[in-house]
Amino acid sequence: MAKGDPGAPARGRRAAPRSRKATTGDPELVQLLTPSGERIESVTGPDGTEYRVDFTDEEYRGLYRDLVLVRKLDAEATALQRQGELGIWASLLGQEAAQVGSGRALRTQDMAFPTYREHGVLYCRGIDPIMPLGLFRGVDQGGWDPNEFKFNMYTIVIGAQTLHATGYAMGVAMDGKTGTDDGEAVIAYFGDGATSQGDVNEAFVWAGVFNSPLVFFCQNNQYAISEPLERQTRIPLYRRAAGFGFPGVRVDGNDVLATYAVTRHALDNARHGQGPSLIEAYTYRMGAHTTSDDPTRYRIASEVEAWQAKDPIARMKAFLEREKIADAGFFTEVDEQARREAVDLRERVLAMPNPEPDTMFDHVYPNGSPLLDEQRAQFSRYLESFEGSAH
Amino acid sequence: MSRIKEFNLPDLGEGLTEGEILAWLVKVGDTIELNQPIVEVETAKAAVEIPAKWAGQVQAIFHPEGSTVEVGTPIIAIDTDPGAGPVEQSTTGAPTTDLPAPSAASLAAVEVAPTEGAVEPGLIGGPAPGGRTAVLVGYGPRTTAAKRRPRKDTTPAAAAPAAPVPAAPVQVGPARVVPAPVQPTSVPTVNGNGRSSGPVLAKPPVRKLAKDLGVDLGTLTGSGPSGSITREDVQRAAAPAAAEPVAVTTSASSAASFGADREQRIPVKGVRKLTAENMSRSAFTAPHVTEFLTVDVTRAMKALDRLRGRREWRDVRVSPLLLVAKAVLLAVRRHPLVNSSWAGDEIVVKEYVNLGIAAATERGLIVPNIKDAGRLTLRELADAMTDLVQTAKAGKTSPADMSGGTLTITNVGVFGVDTGTPILPPGESAILAFGAVREQPWVHKGKVKPRLVTTLGLSFDHRIIDGELGSKFLRDVGDFLADPEAALLAWT
Repeated sequence: MAKGDPGAPARGRRAAPRSRKATTGDPELVQLLTPSGERIESVTGPDGTEYRVDFTDEEYRGLYRDLVLVRKLDAEATALQRQGELGIWASLLGQEAAQVGSGRALRTQDMAFPTYREHGVLYCRGIDPIMPLGLFRGVDQGGWDPNEFKFNMYTIVIGAQTLHATGYAMGVAMDGKTGTDDGEAVIAYFGDGATSQGDVNEAFVWAGVFNSPLVFFCQNNQYAISEPLERQTRIPLYRRAAGFGFPGVRVDGNDVLATYAVTRHALDNARHGQGPSLIEAYTYRMGAHTTSDDPTRYRIASEVEAWQAKDPIARMKAFLEREKIADAGFFTEVDEQARREAVDLRERVLAMPNPEPDTMFDHVYPNGSPLLDEQRAQFSRYLESFEGSAH
Repeated sequence: MSRIKEFNLPDLGEGLTEGEILAWLVKVGDTIELNQPIVEVETAKAAVEIPAKWAGQVQAIFHPEGSTVEVGTPIIAIDTDPGAGPVEQSTTGAPTTDLPAPSAASLAAVEVAPTEGAVEPGLIGGPAPGGRTAVLVGYGPRTTAAKRRPRKDTTPAAAAPAAPVPAAPVQVGPARVVPAPVQPTSVPTVNGNGRSSGPVLAKPPVRKLAKDLGVDLGTLTGSGPSGSITREDVQRAAAPAAAEPVAVTTSASSAASFGADREQRIPVKGVRKLTAENMSRSAFTAPHVTEFLTVDVTRAMKALDRLRGRREWRDVRVSPLLLVAKAVLLAVRRHPLVNSSWAGDEIVVKEYVNLGIAAATERGLIVPNIKDAGRLTLRELADAMTDLVQTAKAGKTSPADMSGGTLTITNVGVFGVDTGTPILPPGESAILAFGAVREQPWVHKGKVKPRLVTTLGLSFDHRIIDGELGSKFLRDVGDFLADPEAALLAWT
């Protein structure tokens, strides 16, 4: 799966064209799969890096499966919110490729810092997709173990996780875990709106100055809730990186292959001690900011339709069909699996137990605290003062 | 669970209370799949489609397009097993224009959290373990009508908040006075004279409205969730009174309008009803004894004049009632048992004196009290009384001000009468009537002279207070009023 491997099997690839820029007419966009599903052999980024991927057919199908599953589970969560079973949900609809592409580019030892929308990355990290639903149902704090999955907890505060990631990455470097193929890299997710935050700019400064093994992965979905991109920046976001002294690249965030290639390259640079970089995954939030939002109030239907034509799953499916990597039976099987997993997710969400009140004291300190132990005992006595043993 | 499931409008966006049905995407009889869009709803935040929660057949649609529906209200019924034959209550095929009502059980489930076990745990709107209701998601605050579970230990302080008597044991005797805690003032009884009908459920704005309209919440039957009293209940109760030409007040001189039978029927409610209940309860449970004492208060009135002349008292409203109150408080200190209440098998003597002042207001008789009046200086007492009277006249006396009284003065003198035989407020063991102060012939220093004279009437509960104690107490009050300076010097 490494890039630039000339010996990879030719099947599933178009007769190799010359290396060329993307066909979208935007020379600044790294793209390996056009919206119509045409495969581009390789593409050269603004800094001269050549991006390409060489996947086996099985790997191509795997990526498609990821995209479909992630979208289906997200849709199920949105439905659950509409049915009164979740307090709120931030849908990733339209951003599946950016998340699956970057999520699959992570190596086992790499650490990810998500926002509250990275359900696709979470899925790729092997975390049970029900975990964030517990958070949004209000029955837990979204408390998976970040160390176990190398995936930090969802961060609601806009951009705050970029600072956490920077500190973590500085620690990785200080621990001497960079500089080899097995080095550790860190990725920080955030959106276009977050780039206006002080936190993100501070993170850029620190990561740049300390040459931290960190990839800033910005999913530019065009809207900071209702504010369009032109209210965030006067230059393409990826070019901001130059001012902080590290490379930036814009990738087609609806192209899972290009996203994979660009992210893998940036992570490898980081793990080899070559410092941070910024990836701007150019994508579109097809749905609302969250279930509490109504995007029809601030954007027009024709814009959504234009992006509908760039759908990440449709282009992957067209590619798989065109290259005969997958047949109708495969697509049916994937859809069926997605349906099954969605039903399973629904049933498990509905059966989620409410937390015991005193679990709020868990995980506050790694080794406990006398003050907190006292409070817990006090709280337990209070609960026991009620009739009926359960509380 | 029934195969017919009703879907309640959820809170679609963090704290919304209602939504407007924009369009139904299905109709009765349609077979629908799980997550198939069924209805478009516009909330304050967004217009959204709601996907079906269950697959099945649409059994009924409860609200037409264009209607605004409260969060938590059933909007559609779905037969989740349409292949299993006809349903018992046949609403199948009912056109959407003929809107059926949701089942009572479903509505009840909205108002009050169902009992534990009735719904699968974890379902929203269903119970959390222990009777709590899951409110973080789902139907929002409407489901929080869950009742609080009772506490295990009921310590005396926490017991029976509306009961007039804290159950503190006491030996009857002048030497032993056991302080009892002041009653919780948050008890929402309208009259503090020991109504023990339990707390009244009503939201704060409704309480405010009731107070403004002079409606006694305790007399209403609530139609809201868990029997709580709604705004409409209060307005309904207030409406007839407002419409009638004669307001229900104690003012008997109001122009009465008589019907053809030359009789007028005044509904008994509000303050009138409460007063009636309290007075008859007290009159027929506590054996009353009333004693009278006529006193020459000339010196006291002169003392008042001197007080008014002092610079620091210039802006203070000083009335004869102030001296009566001071007299009562000082006499209580000498005879603590007078400030007590009967609790069946024990007598509760109170160290604190919550001094009630009966006040005639437009709403009728109310008896607000000055909390812990025994600890106040004369100046503080004067301020508290002024405040109390003004609040009462403005109709702003709060239930807390009226609850927990321990001893009461009724100033019948302001009506121009000499005295009376007052009835004890329930839970109190003594009440003093203060008559009019008149210039009358009085034997003073061996000669008949015009003197300022008044008559005191003390009613007391003979279960607690015998004639001797009652007489001594009344005598002390009289002594103070006859010569306040000497009494102060002698007693304090």
